[in-house]
Amino acid sequence: MRIGIPAETNAGEKRVATVPEVVEKLIKLGFQVAVESGAGDQANCNDDSYRAAGAEIIEGAAKLWAESDIVFKVAVPTSAEVGLMREGITLIGFIWPAQNPELMQQLAAKKATVLAIDTLPRQLSRAQKMDALTSQAGVAGYRAVIEAANAFGRFFNGQITAAGKVPPAKVFIAGAGVAGLAAIGTAAGLGAIVRANDTRAEVADQVKSLGGEFVKVDYEEEGGGGGGYAKVMSEGFQQAQREMYAKQASEVDIIITTALIPGKPAPRLITAEMVQSMKPGSVIVDMAAERGGNCELTVPGEAVVKHGVTIVGYTDLNSRLAKQSSTLYSTNLFRLAEELCKTKDGIINVNMEDDAIRGLTVIKDGEITWPAPPLKMPAPVAKPAAKPVAAPAGHGSAGTPASAGKIAGLFIAVALLFLLIGAYAPAAFLGHFTVFVLACFVGYMVVWNVTPALHTPLMSVTNAISSIIAIGALVQIAPPTMLGLERPEDWIRWLAVVAIGLTAVNMFGGFAVTKRMLSMFRK
Amino acid sequence: MISASLASVSYIGATILFILSLGGLSNPETSRRGNLYGMIGMTIAVLATVFGPRVSMDGLPWIIGAMVVGGSIGLYAARKVQMTQMPELVALMHSLVGLAACLVGFANYIDPMASLNLSHAEKAIHEIEVYIGILIGAVTFSGSLVAFGKLAGKIGGKPLLLPGRHFLNLIGLLVVIAFGYQFLQAETTTAGMFALTVMTIIALLFGIHMVMAIGGADMPVVVSMLNSYSGWAAAATGFMLNNDLLIVTGALVGSSGAILSYIMCRAMNRNFVSVIAGGFGGGTPTKKASGDAQPAGEVVAISAIETAELLRDAKNVIIVPGYGMAVAQAQHAVNEITQYLREKGVNVRFGIHPVAGRMPGHMNVLLAEAKVPYDIVMEMDEINEDFPDTDVSIVIGANDIVNPAAQEDPTSPIAGMPVLEVWKAKTSIVMKRSMASGYAGIENPLFYKENNRMLFGDAKKMLDEVLTALKA
Repeated sequence: MRIGIPAETNAGEKRVATVPEVVEKLIKLGFQVAVESGAGDQANCNDDSYRAAGAEIIEGAAKLWAESDIVFKVAVPTSAEVGLMREGITLIGFIWPAQNPELMQQLAAKKATVLAIDTLPRQLSRAQKMDALTSQAGVAGYRAVIEAANAFGRFFNGQITAAGKVPPAKVFIAGAGVAGLAAIGTAAGLGAIVRANDTRAEVADQVKSLGGEFVKVDYEEEGGGGGGYAKVMSEGFQQAQREMYAKQASEVDIIITTALIPGKPAPRLITAEMVQSMKPGSVIVDMAAERGGNCELTVPGEAVVKHGVTIVGYTDLNSRLAKQSSTLYSTNLFRLAEELCKTKDGIINVNMEDDAIRGLTVIKDGEITWPAPPLKMPAPVAKPAAKPVAAPAGHGSAGTPASAGKIAGLFIAVALLFLLIGAYAPAAFLGHFTVFVLACFVGYMVVWNVTPALHTPLMSVTNAISSIIAIGALVQIAPPTMLGLERPEDWIRWLAVVAIGLTAVNMFGGFAVTKRMLSMFRK
Repeated sequence: MISASLASVSYIGATILFILSLGGLSNPETSRRGNLYGMIGMTIAVLATVFGPRVSMDGLPWIIGAMVVGGSIGLYAARKVQMTQMPELVALMHSLVGLAACLVGFANYIDPMASLNLSHAEKAIHEIEVYIGILIGAVTFSGSLVAFGKLAGKIGGKPLLLPGRHFLNLIGLLVVIAFGYQFLQAETTTAGMFALTVMTIIALLFGIHMVMAIGGADMPVVVSMLNSYSGWAAAATGFMLNNDLLIVTGALVGSSGAILSYIMCRAMNRNFVSVIAGGFGGGTPTKKASGDAQPAGEVVAISAIETAELLRDAKNVIIVPGYGMAVAQAQHAVNEITQYLREKGVNVRFGIHPVAGRMPGHMNVLLAEAKVPYDIVMEMDEINEDFPDTDVSIVIGANDIVNPAAQEDPTSPIAGMPVLEVWKAKTSIVMKRSMASGYAGIENPLFYKENNRMLFGDAKKMLDEVLTALKA
């Protein structure tokens, strides 16, 4: 099938959906790739580099849209672009179906199949390689710090020079999502003192790991809203939060805000008074500008100076780092293409049984399939205190559950067996039988998670343990005598002695050899 | 002498220790403690029995004598065994458990005390227990002996496929059931003895036949399966003797062995039943497939010196060991090269296929013996994705587990088996003695790939040469 990469038409959009390095990989998957002439110019990918990678260069968007089976895009398609689309096309890119109901109708009318990269079920760990929101947010977070540094009149790092002492810049980052964390890392890397806050208390460690300091809000409430997003907080919490922000605003030189709540306008965190309280020359970078801004005075898309504070409200941070954003985005799309084309023959298969693909697909052959049913995720279990062992995907999990029919069959068979035993076996036997069945399950539970490296020692230790059969021989060798019973003593004794000898070999040898093996394992 | 209640409580303690022991063995950090728990549990169980109410002091000299003789042999063997011979030793030990189960079963049958005061139904159940206990014990015994012979190279690795073998097994089963009926009807011990003996002989033959039919490549499954059998034998003995400790411990061992076998089977993408039914992995099948699917391309040989040069320029190296490394005893040479490269800043890691070698975890034990740190020894799933970023992958004496045919050729007998994707590295080097095929008897297209080089010769000798060239 043929993948088309049009030039992005939205004003200020400099990214391109696929870079030449990824074109090569797509061709290896069996696809043909066509690129609109000039599509990558603003992301430092010229037509020649695409040609060298094996793509065909096509003049004009109309021809490209008409001749492509699949189109990779970055920005939400415009109605003009939808007009160019031919029926039955597959479109992959940002769609934001909740915000763009009209666009959805138009796409559906075109009988298109649409995979919205923004609806990826991010909770699935195998979906992470396709998570364009994360990759783009990371780039934006980095760029936000660079924009702040650009507008800021001083060094980030503290220095003591012959020309005097320079204090380090203090940076406060509101919201420690992907963008926030990237900003923390970048700012700390430049030498600033970095503080950060998030309503989700569990990110405190992540903040610290990147060199930031986590500022707590003095109020007890849990702010995780599921799927790694934040939720709206209570009034009491918001009050405490405002106080904390006011305090930070008066102390720091740079504020970078990244706070977003899904499906809601961005929360107002920085009020006009707070801006006023900041030192002249301070900088605010509002990464939520597109959704209304976290700061009251933000003007989306512009950098303005108010009360002596530069407020940067750029909404195109990704385009300001077009090459990097494009490279990461195209790798996300390539991973998605791999998932869609497991056969590596250049034919995609939109498998609605696959959780990740199901979540991404918002329109299937002209039928709107958004929103996807919620994933049946196992409830997040509290991690055991012990160090997690690298659990191999193949062994640790219980694997794919068996089909219902199979399970029913098994249950019926087991029930019949139990019925049979229950009907005929005497009570004494049942006691032992209970113990036996339970022990089988215990064995299963205990052994299931063993690391493959230890298979041999495990086997030799179970082998040693199975010499417990010695007990059987021990009780036979010389039981307390019973009068009036004729017992072939010699026979039994010799059989038992030999059995004890054999199991002793096993017992001592097994444990000794296990010990020897285990003492060799070292880190 | 201790009371019956105290003995029972000791048994419970021993049971708990055994469970902790198996649990501890699931992680390298806790494994040594796990082994210790096992030893303590066993000591408690034996002492509680010997000094318990069911053993009179007359037996003590016999017990001590047998224990000392057996224990010394066991300790001696444990000290002397080479790590490469570990699979043989484990198989041999399984056979001992099987034999012991048989002996205990016979002793129990001829002991009139065992069936004293039993009602009719109870007596029947008891006899069934004896019968099954001996049956499992005998199969374990002979099967393990054959497995030992195969692993030690005393018996050829090729599967022995008798004509109509499934039919033979079926007849064997029917005969066993028929004699079982006769055994239950037997009025006297002597009459029952005949049926019991015939059944034992059939069971022994069945054990031999079963393992003979399984090919060398499936040995890891067989070893863990026999491990499981030895556990079931102990559990059956427990039923026979009305001893919960034996039942619990036997069931623990039995189910753990069964799970290991299952894991091994899954690692080879094989159905458990088809492994047991045998026939795979001996070179007889698929002449056709290898005939018309002769891989295209040329085999390019490489010298030890060139290998050293490649390694010196590499940043990422993955070593994939197989049975050939064990045979050549090359693990120490591998470790020396690894250490040298790591000192030079090369990222060296090991990729271990779950069924590499002749028993589960075989490679890990060998590398641990050579003191390769276990945090650079990765499982297949952990490392398979990293091959594209790897400069050099070295395959030492492995074949089927790196065979791209498993992924590329749907007609291949190993199609669908997960393999280590060494060919995705920039260069792969295969160390082999010759162009012979692996245990599965299948051509390996890897050897013909453009980016593959062959380093022919004994793995140990070649690795020593590579090391000399590296240091030069």
